[in-house]
Amino acid sequence: MDSVINLLVAAVLAGTPLLLGTLGEILTEKSGNLNLGVEGIMFMGGVAGLAGAYYYERLVQSPSGAVAVLIAIACAFACGAFGSLIFSLLTVTLRANQNVTGLALTIFGTGFANFFGEVMASRSESGYAAVGDVIKSAFLGIRIPVLSDIPVLGKLLFSYNILVYLAVVIALAMAWFLKHSRKGLCLRAVGENPQTADAAGINVTRCKYAATCIGGGICGIGGMYVVMVTCGGIWVHNCVDGKGWIAVALVIFAMWSPARALIGSLVFGALSIMRLYVSLGIPTQLYDTLPYVATVVVLIFVSFKHRRENQPPAALGTPYFREER
Amino acid sequence: MKNLTKRFGEVIANDKVCLTVRRGEILSLLGENGSGKTTLMNMLSGIYFPDEGEIFINGQPVVIRSPKDAFDLGIGMIHQHFKLVDVFSAAENIVLGLDGKAVIDRRALSEAITGISRKYGFEIEPERKVYDMSVSEKQTVEIIKVLYRGADILILDEPTAVLTPQESEKLFAVLRNMRDDGKAIVIITHKLNEVMEISDRVAVLRKGSCIGTVDTACTTPRELTEMMVGRSVTLDIDRPSVPRGEERLKVVDLTCLSEEGVTLLDKVSFSAYGGEILGIAGVAGSGQKELCEAIAGLCPVQGGAILYAGEVGGVPLHENLVGKSPMEIIRKGVALAFVPEDRLGMGLVAGMDIVDNMMLKSYRTGKGPFADRAPARVLAADVVERLSVVTPGLSAPVRRLSGGNVQKVLVGREIASSPSVLITAYPVRGLDINSSYTIYHLLNEQKEKGAAVLFVGEDLDVLLELCDRILVLCAGRVSGIVDARWATKEQIGLMMTHSGKGGGKK
Repeated sequence: MDSVINLLVAAVLAGTPLLLGTLGEILTEKSGNLNLGVEGIMFMGGVAGLAGAYYYERLVQSPSGAVAVLIAIACAFACGAFGSLIFSLLTVTLRANQNVTGLALTIFGTGFANFFGEVMASRSESGYAAVGDVIKSAFLGIRIPVLSDIPVLGKLLFSYNILVYLAVVIALAMAWFLKHSRKGLCLRAVGENPQTADAAGINVTRCKYAATCIGGGICGIGGMYVVMVTCGGIWVHNCVDGKGWIAVALVIFAMWSPARALIGSLVFGALSIMRLYVSLGIPTQLYDTLPYVATVVVLIFVSFKHRRENQPPAALGTPYFREER
Repeated sequence: MKNLTKRFGEVIANDKVCLTVRRGEILSLLGENGSGKTTLMNMLSGIYFPDEGEIFINGQPVVIRSPKDAFDLGIGMIHQHFKLVDVFSAAENIVLGLDGKAVIDRRALSEAITGISRKYGFEIEPERKVYDMSVSEKQTVEIIKVLYRGADILILDEPTAVLTPQESEKLFAVLRNMRDDGKAIVIITHKLNEVMEISDRVAVLRKGSCIGTVDTACTTPRELTEMMVGRSVTLDIDRPSVPRGEERLKVVDLTCLSEEGVTLLDKVSFSAYGGEILGIAGVAGSGQKELCEAIAGLCPVQGGAILYAGEVGGVPLHENLVGKSPMEIIRKGVALAFVPEDRLGMGLVAGMDIVDNMMLKSYRTGKGPFADRAPARVLAADVVERLSVVTPGLSAPVRRLSGGNVQKVLVGREIASSPSVLITAYPVRGLDINSSYTIYHLLNEQKEKGAAVLFVGEDLDVLLELCDRILVLCAGRVSGIVDARWATKEQIGLMMTHSGKGGGKK
């Protein structure tokens, strides 16, 4: 029993950065932009979040954990949005190929983050870019009086760090936004049929920029999670390590639905840490392939059902030229 | 509208057109293809901006710069190609892009839509997804979208082109309800029977100018046809007289349905003989495309037969082409060549060079897995030289050639196989005069060689001068086959627009 609960808790913790990356990419793809640079954006968000918290700690006498969390979130979001702004500028305004731009952004983001991570580390006295215990503990699990003490449920639901709850809130808010709000309707129209959206008086370019940049910001928070929670507030070379790519796969797994992304990231999170909790006696490399096997299986099932709502946005990956009617 | 003029480069699409639309009436805008009907209405709906002239609404001069301006003035246009998001429901499409509260009140929206439908007699389910809808339901969504935005002036661009007769009837009933409600309605069409049925007044456009406006009650289809086609023009196209050869192609009761079940070809029967050019006339979308594609084996056929008669190496060959794929048709040795309407979509691969495009027909002939490029290069060089194709070289992608040169490459490739049946769909569309004459000349050459040439055209003057006989299609039916030497433009014009009624005179 205990091991099952431990597995679930670990799955949530491992799945949250994937969830944030997936949510950001869902918002981006809903606008018709296929940003394959999630990996790079997560790197950028990660290093920016760490830098924000790290320099805040060095500037103030007695740093507060809550403020550090807010600063880290803001910095990660801003840097992720900046990365996506580069993407939007190239693909929406200059109409570069989205796939190539996304791949280039991944390479750029990885290099950007590792470079600044190393710079921060080499300038510190200890040789590590690491935050102190106060800030580190702010990213640990919270304790809610009473609720956290409920047996089983307390640990399953009320023991996580604040970013886990933030990710869930973002997922639910995004699901609501896309389904019920006027702006969400406009955004989906842009991703499905930009000509129609344009004719209906929607500013297609602005919509694409906004969705891509906000989406990139959310991906950036995912990267910050990796650095501050998974790695414990210390810069580790190549820390994101493919999570951005899993997020891209998860978007397909979730069939562009933020609500399904919640389940998907839990499954992927569980699969990615399973080897530590469940021993099947198979090589660890096989464990690592499980998330991808799951994606393939889901794709096969989706293609069987072929419901129109589960398909990618119709105009995904194609730039929009107004003159090309 | 007063003295509206719109030019595209040197072409004048609309020349000083004056038009009045009154409240509570249905005005038909009648004209041939390319007479400027859609351009005129696009200026009214804000897609194009007029070069000269003024637009007045309720007596006030207005400037319409974008579709949004048009909406604000109460002008709504229903385009031929619907602008709808497939995965959205009807209601979502209707409300798309409108300002309002951050959250959409779906119940109020549904009620408003039901209210509009009840008022004018539409049938619609607001929550139904567009991808589940038939063409006529999609059109209904478009119309309600315009009404929901408060339009008083509705413009419908060939609304019945995609509808079955029953659906057209329903649409007309709705339009009459809207007219009685005091809305001004403009309907663009080239179907005379519909003009007579639905409209209060008719404005006729020809070659960008307004020929006149008449009350429907005091006119006849014949008078309208004359206004529409005008007098004949002499073009001096050669028509070498060649004795009529054997029957090459016999089409019997050919019937095709669209995916939605609309009849596109209805029991079409005709014969094509060697040594003649058979023209195919008809307003756009009367089944020309389907006829060509059915013969070429590209369009599924519901009934009838396409009988080919030719010979392979001196042995007579008789084949029914129905149900055969293009590959099977080629394998049987049927010498059929097809110059499709969509040159760079169906005829040539835009990104490949001339040689590679020639190879599309011959890549199977090489040894083993290797394609033999040498004959294709010779053929390409030959086509370029004989047809004087202007190109930077044989290795330039065909996309970079001009329209006329692209067409020369395509026709050159097709006639290189010395076909006994040559089908050409709009071969001179978009070509300048010189290129057009080159193409006419090439077609005549094939005719003299004894091929049966099918020429689908839109310009009646050309058809009358180039072809030997002209088959007239109207709404998927053959309304008659006339001898091009004696036929008149009016006669063909009438046959094009009258579905089966009164047409078919020899």
